[in-house]
Amino acid sequence: MTVTDAPKIVTSRWDLDDGHTIERYLETGGYEGLRAALAKAPADVTEEVKSASLLGRGGAGFPAGVKWGFCPPGVFPRYLVVNGDESEPGTYKDRILMERDPHQLIEGILIACYAVGCSQAFLYVRGEMALAQERIAQALNDAYAAGYVGKNICGTDFSLDIVLHWGAGAYIVGEETALIESLEGNRGMPRLKPPFFPAAKGLYMQPTIVNNVETLSNLPWILTNGGAAFAALGAENSKGTRIFAVSGHVKNPGVYEVEFGVTTFRDLIYAPVYGGGIRGGHELKAFIPGGASAPWLYPEHLDTPLEAATVGKLGTMLGSGAVVVFDETTDMVKAALRLVRFFARESCGKCTPCREGTSWLEMILERILDGHGRPEDLNLLMDVADNISVGLAWPPTQTTICPLGQSATSPIASAVMRFRDEFEAYLGGPAEMTVEVKGAAFVGKPTPTVQDLSLETTADV
Amino acid sequence: MARFTDANLATALEIVSRYPIAKSATIPLLHLAQEQDGYVTDDAMEHIAELVGTTPAQVLGTCSFYEMFKREPVGRYAINICTNIACQIMGGEELLHHAEEKLGIRSGSTTPDGLFTVEDVECIAACTEAPCLQVNYRYRHRITHEEFDQLVDDLAAGRLDDEVPPHGTLARVRQHIPADRAAGVADPTVNVEPVWLAIAAAEEGGDGK
Ligand SMILES: Cc1cc2nc3c(=O)[nH]c(=O)nc-3n(C[C@H](O)[C@H](O)[C@H](O)COP(=O)(O)O)c2cc1C
Ligand code: SF4
Repeated sequence: MTVTDAPKIVTSRWDLDDGHTIERYLETGGYEGLRAALAKAPADVTEEVKSASLLGRGGAGFPAGVKWGFCPPGVFPRYLVVNGDESEPGTYKDRILMERDPHQLIEGILIACYAVGCSQAFLYVRGEMALAQERIAQALNDAYAAGYVGKNICGTDFSLDIVLHWGAGAYIVGEETALIESLEGNRGMPRLKPPFFPAAKGLYMQPTIVNNVETLSNLPWILTNGGAAFAALGAENSKGTRIFAVSGHVKNPGVYEVEFGVTTFRDLIYAPVYGGGIRGGHELKAFIPGGASAPWLYPEHLDTPLEAATVGKLGTMLGSGAVVVFDETTDMVKAALRLVRFFARESCGKCTPCREGTSWLEMILERILDGHGRPEDLNLLMDVADNISVGLAWPPTQTTICPLGQSATSPIASAVMRFRDEFEAYLGGPAEMTVEVKGAAFVGKPTPTVQDLSLETTADV
Repeated sequence: MARFTDANLATALEIVSRYPIAKSATIPLLHLAQEQDGYVTDDAMEHIAELVGTTPAQVLGTCSFYEMFKREPVGRYAINICTNIACQIMGGEELLHHAEEKLGIRSGSTTPDGLFTVEDVECIAACTEAPCLQVNYRYRHRITHEEFDQLVDDLAAGRLDDEVPPHGTLARVRQHIPADRAAGVADPTVNVEPVWLAIAAAEEGGDGK
């Protein structure tokens, strides 16, 4: 087992009772990254962040520095919208970052806006997070008073207002174009991309960068210590450290910052300093590697490193850093129903496959669990899923405006393909299935590992 | 009572002033209305429409999309119990059933004395602390059935009044941007390069020659 001695980049103040205060923040290196940034030209700050290869932590994993470069030249004002809407089931990190280290986030926002040339920033905090809203409001008030936010920051030409905004309960608002709609005062319904890529046509139809809370919280460290120091940690495309929430049937459920790219699922779930193994007397059945939208993985995948591209090869994703662990007592049909119900409830209703498909999936699963299932229901579930995301492939095909619809097919295809016997037990006998799946994580038992997949690739060549 | 009071109107105008386009203040103002009255009244939505320059129907359209806005009175304490995946497998559904028994109501309804509303909700970002709940959006982590009973008794007796404000009040700390420190809103209709970018570009040009 490897537990590396990588520094804590974003969670260094989590153990302090007063880590959220400006006094403690300044005593522990606060706003030094901002000063380092202001001493450089904005373009050089972007280069520094590019050299760190910082991947976005909101779910899609897009490199932050590269995204910043997508704003069309000469079109102003540009805006920054901070995505603090954390609501993907299993995900628990942005809330702690906002509650325990709000100044680190504010400093990250300042660095990003200076580099990109954003004239105003909006920090969108999930509505249900009252304490995070209070801590950020206080931190902003203190940072304004101390000259770190507002006009002529630290005596330079850089000026920026950061506006605290808060939502009102809707998972879909976490999707970046829905976030912008919501920030404009509307129902949080996604926009079609193209043309509405935020960097081109975002808030008020102006160039807008949307970044996640954890992504931005990395910037003060990167500017203080250099992009190269960040890129020296991790492996392949996954550099630095990353926060994972390990929940479910482990001995120590918790939120852990680990070295990205090299730490494995086995380390995260079993190392005594992290998950500590499966709760007493039980064994691992399956785990969700990256939030409710991610296809599931199994014991044979434990030695896979937490590396975005590698996990992608397995037909799933690290998503939002949410690892939910199931032991053998878990009823996978019930788990699938709970996840699908989430997507059915949270569908914004704009696209037919998502709106209708997710509710039908929910109703069919309810029928199966109530003992009224029909033998053809298994195939029906997969057929509905296949209509929402054709071919059940990875990366998933999209028939809808945003990826929420296809996300609902992950738990269905995972549960049906791997735990078919549990469905058949509810159905009272064997059930036929003709729908074909393409995603590597869905092909049944045992599900291929990275080793299997690389062997296949070599054989093909 | 339902339009904003004078004090809340001043707060509302301050919030509106932070946005380049007033309509962006719709959701924060709906929260302010809910804080004032415990739920969002029709009169409040009309007042908000006037303040942000839109129609009451538009405000209602926005309001009705979001889970947290209640358009009828709810209990003084809204207890939201998570039953999503991490909580489900750690006893969240059992906790919900226990809450229904203890309060004598079904999820989604309010006790006759108007004190408690209970709801099963989606993931509230406390997955490692399952099963968890929120009372008026204040968290309780890893809660047992006994602790739930204690919580209800404490709330009913007013013993948690300092920690848990009545339904509608979210953050008790507000952002204030002091006039002398404000950078100002960025008007989307005026295309000017931010001064620090322009200066850097000019210096770059100078150095290059
Ligand atoms: C349905 C859906 C929900 C999402 N929810 C969130 C969220 O809660 N927080 C978040 O940061 N990103 C969320 N995202 C991803 C955002 O659209 C966007 O990619 C991200 O905020 C970009 O920030 P990053 O590049 O820093 O990761 C969601 C995406 C989808 C499709
Ligand atoms: S996929 Fe679903 S959530 Fe996304 S825009 Fe379509 S209906 Fe709305």
